[in-house]
Formats: sequence, structure tokens, C-alpha cells
Amino acid sequence: MNNKIIMKNMEQPGYTGSLKDYEAEGGYSALKKALGEMSQDAIIEEVKKSGLRGRGGAGFPTGMKWSFVPKDTPKARYLINNADESEPGTFKDRAIMIRDPHLTLEGQIISSYVIKCNVSYIYIRGEFYREAEILERAIKEAENAGYLGDNILGSGFDHRIYVHRGAGAYICGEETGLIESLEGKRGWPRIKPPFPALEGAFGCPTVVNNTETLANIPFIINNGYAAFASIGVERGTGTKVYCISGHVKKPGLYEFPMGITLKELIYDCADGIRDDNNLKAVIPGGASMPVLTPGEIDVKMDFDSLAKIGSHLGSAGIIVMDDKTCMVDACLNLSKFYAHESCGQCTPCREGMGWMKSILDRIEHGQGEPDDIDLLLEITNNIEGRTICAFGEAGAWPVRAFVTKFRSEFEEHVKQKKCVLAA
Amino acid sequence: MSVEFSQKTLHEFEGLLDRYPTRKAASIPTLFLAQRDFGYISNEVIEYVSGLLDLTVAETNNIVSFYSMFYREKMGKHVIQVCHTLSCSLLGAANIVDHLKSKLGISPGETTLDNQFSLLKVECLGACGTAPAMRINDDYYESLTLDKIDKLIDRLAVKSVNNPSAEGPVQ
Ligand SMILES: Cc1cc2nc3c(=O)[nH]c(=O)nc-3n(C[C@H](O)[C@H](O)[C@H](O)COP(=O)(O)O)c2cc1C
Ligand code: SF4
Ligand code: FES
Repeated sequence: MNNKIIMKNMEQPGYTGSLKDYEAEGGYSALKKALGEMSQDAIIEEVKKSGLRGRGGAGFPTGMKWSFVPKDTPKARYLINNADESEPGTFKDRAIMIRDPHLTLEGQIISSYVIKCNVSYIYIRGEFYREAEILERAIKEAENAGYLGDNILGSGFDHRIYVHRGAGAYICGEETGLIESLEGKRGWPRIKPPFPALEGAFGCPTVVNNTETLANIPFIINNGYAAFASIGVERGTGTKVYCISGHVKKPGLYEFPMGITLKELIYDCADGIRDDNNLKAVIPGGASMPVLTPGEIDVKMDFDSLAKIGSHLGSAGIIVMDDKTCMVDACLNLSKFYAHESCGQCTPCREGMGWMKSILDRIEHGQGEPDDIDLLLEITNNIEGRTICAFGEAGAWPVRAFVTKFRSEFEEHVKQKKCVLAA
Repeated sequence: MSVEFSQKTLHEFEGLLDRYPTRKAASIPTLFLAQRDFGYISNEVIEYVSGLLDLTVAETNNIVSFYSMFYREKMGKHVIQVCHTLSCSLLGAANIVDHLKSKLGISPGETTLDNQFSLLKVECLGACGTAPAMRINDDYYESLTLDKIDKLIDRLAVKSVNNPSAEGPVQ
């Protein structure tokens, strides 16, 4: 498939991701073009018209986000490449960093130029230690080649990139939690407004973009907005790197134009369900996004199509479960994750996540009460919309979807006083 | 052990300060340096790091306690971190934890008596496509099978016996 943007280089035999390899594939030509012949406004226009939307989960239009940064502020400006990648089911940014680090770096330098930012950071989850080393090496290479540092390519633009490792906290992927963490504090999300574009890191205008989002920028600059917008679907342009894990024969990363169906991804790309079992449930967009049933997999994997059926593209982390999987247990597994990762600032989130976990735990272990099932739904309602950050929804939606779509299985657990799928 | 950075580490620390507009922003990377050099974040380390960064002990405590990668007690030489989140769980993470428990004779959260291994259950490592996954110290091990784990642990155990002071992960 020639329509690849993100994985085009890395999938070539022998490609190492070194600067030399990257340049041989035309790497850093977009930076030359951007700094040499394009104004900041022209780049913002180009990216706006390309239709690029953020790949970190929320799908916010990238060009528009950049345009919110004030043009005439005396303050410094910061850009942060969000490489926290902690949403369960998601493992695409890691591949970009390991296999083609310069792709996201080039996008980061161009984007920093757009918002006139002289220092940007890569906020990478702490567990990605080797990946951070790879990025540090790539940054050195780019500095030595004059793509980073003072007066880049004679343009008068100075820029430095630093790698900042997180230390084990999912919430630091949320952009204001991330900013707090970068500032050396607990990763407690901030109340918005003010939005980071006006007051972000160190009190200065800040843009946070996902690693994959930034990796799309060189293509748009090199080929023009129309080339990008011609891929994918309306309001979901370009390609997406889909992450498939769980009970499939060939888990992994698959880059396709947005709008490929979930069914195609599961059965054609990932070769179907393991051991030739049947499909029972699939999470389409990382653990936070509502689970789908086999009857829903004809859905196109773009922002609007998934939203229309009550789920979301999120991070495009597809988690596939076969018919031997207990839905209560799967839901319990995720609720443990959210109970563990709540930052604890808001009562509905802190209390609600722990409460849902203990209810699910007793249902799974045969001690559930008939009222527990509606109680779970009630708790999700009490969390949604009542918290500082979207983690509240991220933890409430999966429970609501599992309970609603697989209600009879929950009821059977309560009735039979045991897990109905345990061997 | 006296808690003070070596000249070399102090130099690294100074380098960190150049990266940020505030001193406080260097707290997480400085704590990582401290954990590397001292093994874990003891109360003495918190005091020392607070001094370096012009933070109160309470502030540093507040940071350390938020992040799961900072250890507040002495850990084994090899810290095994097994992912137990959904994608890994679907492909047998529980078996892996059970296997390691009986192989090492410890439960998650514990360290072997000879201080060689600690076992931890951790949340999604961002390696779900190659589940089940785990880390030992700073290295990933993916597409795990019980057999693979046996070989790996046996190799690490032998290496530790032959060269108890060897630093760094075994590849
Ligand atoms: C709980 C939570 C966790 C998040 N984790 C990540 C993450 O790991 N990586 C990421 O890029 N965005 C994550 N986000 C989204 C960010 O807040 C932000 O929208 C994104 O980084 C913006 O970049 P984009 O516009 O390029 O998508 C998370 C959001 C929430 C609410
Ligand atoms: S919603 Fe949860 S994670 Fe977000 S700020 Fe509130 S307590 Fe923290
Ligand atoms: S669920 Fe184990 S690495 Fe993601």
C-alpha cells in the first residue's frame, strides 16, 4: 500500500531510522521548505486545509490549535510532543520513536517554528527508557546536521529539543497533567480555562501535540494539503496507525487511510480471531472508549463514524476479545486500571473508580447483588461531566458500555453466584 | 551509604538545569539520577534532592509519592515488572505472574531474600501488540512464554552468582 505516511520508511527492508536513512527517503526536505519559503501563517493555513486532526485521542484540528497561540506575546512559547502513550491498547508512538524518530522530530521542529517556540520538549513515559535514548541520539544527529540549534539552515530560527521522561502515571498523558509534570510537580490536571495555548507550561503559551500527529506534518508540507486531504474520509483525513492487540492471529500496527472498517482490520489485516474462536467484543479506540459488539464491526474507523455509534476513535487502540472472554472480568481489569490511575483530585472520580472496581470484583467472584448492576450505571452517571479532566469519562464509559451491552452476562454472574465463563 | 552525588552525577545534574526555565522542573530527572545511583528514594535521598533543587522536603515527598517508578524501599537487583492490563491479561498475564511467584518464591511487591529479584505487577506498558509484556529494570521483554521467562530468569540468576556486582541489564 503506497498510501502510507507514518510507516512508509520504517517498513522498508534495512531501514534503521538513522539520519542518513531518513535523509535518503527525503527526510528534512519539509523542514527546508518550511523554513526557507513558508511563513508561519502559510503553514497554519496548509495544515488547517489538510484537515489533520490530533492523533492523541481527542481529534482536535491541529492547525486550529496552533492558531490559538497569541502571535504578539512577549512570553516564551512551548511545544510538547506528547509521547506518554499510556492508554491501554495503544503502542504506535513507541514504534515511531524506535523505528523512525526523525519523522516526529522533523514535525516537531516545523510545528515549533510555526508557533515561534525556541525550546520544545518530548514528554515520554518513563518506562520508555530505551526509546528516550534513541530520541536523544536522533536529536544529537539533527543538531550536528544543523536541523536543530542556532540559526537552523540559515533561517534565523533557533530551536532546541529536550527529552523529558515521565515516571509512571497514566494521567500525565492528559495535556494539563503533562504540563504540571513537566514543571516538576504531581501530574494533577488543571481546571480549564485558561487553556494551554494561552497559559500552559511555565505560565507561557503552550501547544501539546501527539507524536503521531507531529509525524504527519512533514508529509503535509512536502506534498501540500490536498494530497493529505485526498486520503481518508471527510472530517477524518489522512491515514491512521491502528494498533491491534488481544485475541487476533496477527496483532500489530496497521496503517490505513481513515475509514477502513473495523471488520477489515480484524479479519483481513490481523487475520481473524485466534484458535478460530468467535469474536465477542472489541474496544476500538484504547481502553477508555466504549466497547463494541460483533454486530457493530462494519463501522468505519474514523472520528465521526465511531461517534455516530456511541464510541470513539480515541487512540485507535483496538483490543479484540474472543467468545471465551468473560465480560465482567474484562471490565474489572479496566476498572482496576482506572482506580489505580485516578489522580485523586476530584471526589466523583477518586471515589467512583474505586467503588466500581469493588462492585465488579464482587460480581466476578460470585458475591454480587442484583442491584449492583444498576448501581454501576448510576456511578458512571455521577462521574461523567463532574470532573476536572476527561479521565472521569475515560473510566466511566468502558464500565457503562460493558454493562449495557453485555448485561445478561453480568446478571448471570449475580444469579449463579460465580463467573459463568470460568473453566 | 552517604547520600551525595559523585562529581560525574553532579555534572549530569547541572546539565539538567539548563534544560528548563525553573529549577523545580528538574525534579523528576534528578530523582531518576538519584534512584540510579542510590538504588531507591530513601528519606535521606529526599532531603538531599530537596537541597539540590531548593524544594522543601514536603514538596519533594509530594512528587515522589505520585509516581509509581520511584521506589521508596530497597529493591532487588532485577526488578521484574509484569503488565497485567487488558491486552496482556487476555493473553495470559495471570499465568506469568503465577509462574514467577512460584519460581521466585515471592508475591508481587516482594523481593527475594538474596536481593536478586523484585516482582511487581504494573499497568499497560504500551507494548500490547507484543503481549504479554514485562520489563526488567529498563528493558522490555515481549511476546512472553513461560519457557522464555524461565530461560531469562535462569540467565539473570547465573549472571548474578558469577558476578554479583555486575551493573546493568543482561541482554
Ligand atoms: C486521561 C487522558 C490520558 C491521555 N493520554 C494521552 C497520551 O498518552 N498521549 C497523547 O498523545 N494524548 C493523550 N491524551 C490526550 C491529550 O490530553 C491531548 O489531547 C493530546 O496530547 C493532544 O495532542 P493531539 O491534538 O495531537 O492529539 C490523554 C487525555 C486524557 C484525558
Ligand atoms: S477526573 Fe480523575 S484524573 Fe482527572 S483531575 Fe479529576 S481525579 Fe484527577
Ligand atoms: S496491556 Fe500489557 S502492554 Fe498494554
